[in-house]
Amino acid sequence: MSKVIVVTSGKGGVGKTTSAAALGTALALRGKKTVIIDFDVGLRNLDLIMGCERRVVFDFINVINDGIRLNQALIKDKRVDNLSILPTSQTRDKDALSQEGVEKVIEELRKEFDYIICDSPAGIERGAYMALYHADEAIVVTNPEVSSVRDSDRILGILSSKSKRAEHGDEPVKTHLLLTRYDLDRVQRGEMLKLDDVLEILAIPVLGVIPQCGSVLQASNLGMPVVLDDKSKAGQAYKDAASRLLGDEVELRYVNPEKRGLVDWLFRRSA
Amino acid sequence: MKLSAAEEASKTGGGLPFQIRGSLQTLLSLKLLRPDDPAFFTALLEKVAHAPDFFRNAPIVLDGAAVKAKSPDCLAQIVERLKEHRLVPVGLQNGSAEWNEAAVALGLAIFGAGGASTAEPAAVGRSGSAAKAASALKPAGKVIREPVRGGQQVVAADGDLVVMAPVSAGAEVAAAGHIHVYAPLRGRAFAGMNGDETAMIFCEQLHAELLSIAGIHQVSEEIDTRLLGKRVRATLAGEGLKLEPLP
Ligand SMILES: Nc1ncnc2c1ncn2[C@@H]1O[C@H](COP(=O)(O)OP(=O)(O)O)[C@@H](O)[C@H]1O
Ligand SMILES: [Mg+2]
Repeated sequence: MSKVIVVTSGKGGVGKTTSAAALGTALALRGKKTVIIDFDVGLRNLDLIMGCERRVVFDFINVINDGIRLNQALIKDKRVDNLSILPTSQTRDKDALSQEGVEKVIEELRKEFDYIICDSPAGIERGAYMALYHADEAIVVTNPEVSSVRDSDRILGILSSKSKRAEHGDEPVKTHLLLTRYDLDRVQRGEMLKLDDVLEILAIPVLGVIPQCGSVLQASNLGMPVVLDDKSKAGQAYKDAASRLLGDEVELRYVNPEKRGLVDWLFRRSA
Repeated sequence: MKLSAAEEASKTGGGLPFQIRGSLQTLLSLKLLRPDDPAFFTALLEKVAHAPDFFRNAPIVLDGAAVKAKSPDCLAQIVERLKEHRLVPVGLQNGSAEWNEAAVALGLAIFGAGGASTAEPAAVGRSGSAAKAASALKPAGKVIREPVRGGQQVVAADGDLVVMAPVSAGAEVAAAGHIHVYAPLRGRAFAGMNGDETAMIFCEQLHAELLSIAGIHQVSEEIDTRLLGKRVRATLAGEGLKLEPLP
């Protein structure tokens, strides 16, 4: 049975596209047929982060408005089997997404894929609403700061009242917290919110905590989802999160300061 | 049981020259559906004619639920004509502020929403009186089990509001009666939104942005910081709100 998962936040720049790319890739690495759709019409970041921007001929908007077949627009990832990307247009705007058009595309993708990951634009307007409307599950990407938590809270309200599931009175959209750009040093200095603070306010289960990590920018510059970088902590944390999404029990990493062995401690002190 | 204080007093000849007791009466209610229908009184008199004794000098509560969005201009004429036909309008229920004002000006009492007076709805026109009777059994309050998130609004227009999950910053909860939040209250709460000054707000953890009772409010900045995060009850006391910790 296929699942539609929206990666959303309300706020911009929190790591939605990074997360959609990383989780989608991790799910495909686990053998799930996965497609990632870019709903951020006009900005078009997903194909850059996935490194397929030079292979785009047709896009999501062409499929909706111009009679292009879905198979002509889907781009198969060259590195990872089972992974496809549905890029968006940079020249059109969000009004090009019609309710019926999106519905048709999603229904068609459901027949072919196990996971349909929707990368949402920021905000709470039309684009974000289109991205979340069909969701069975929602990954709410949040940074450990008050404004981001507020916006996530707002999005949770919209998910519980405006999604298709809410409108049809079906079982509610299953929500997950993905706390990203978690900078442990700054959290410990009290400059950023702790995981527990965020959980207390949002009161939804945590899917993962992704550390702030230079490897993310590096990977995105290379057009490579960060999970393909074996040395990246963020990549590891995203893989853990994908495992939890598949139902595995995996302990949270990178949320507590690393315990240092005595030798390490002595070494660091003298260094 | 001993003699009541009043009886004791009347024996000894002292005390008050009257006695106040609560009493329960079943009143007829007349729900106004289309008060400006020219056939209104003809239809009503036809109904009354079936049981003239039952209706003679009977106290009647007017129900404004269906018409409160309209202007109450017709109220004076309705009251007058009811009296002409030996029906005694005594009050109004389910009116808007405007309707209530017009009723008071005409010497009518204001009955609380869904009060004891809905037992015999004598609706004029084709209204489902069975449905009305069933809804009278349901309490007018509202119980919310899911979090109320920022940007959301929950209103219990006719009674109390019970919220069994957090109320987020940027969310609003409002009730005609009391508000109970069995979780952190971080948003805004408006109790007694129709002016009930006896309404109260209770919460498990006070972090509210704003508390309001019958239109008198207190913003977060004015809340005693020692009460933050505590179980608190807010009541209206004079021109301000009184906040006290709950045991
Ligand atoms: N865990 C992380 N560590 C460091 N930088 C990150 C991390 N996650 C995201 N970023 C950076 O944050 C910026 C915004 O990320 P992006 O995924 O485009 O956010 P959104 O899609 O929510 O607007 C990018 O420059 C990205 O490289
Ligand atoms: Mg993005």
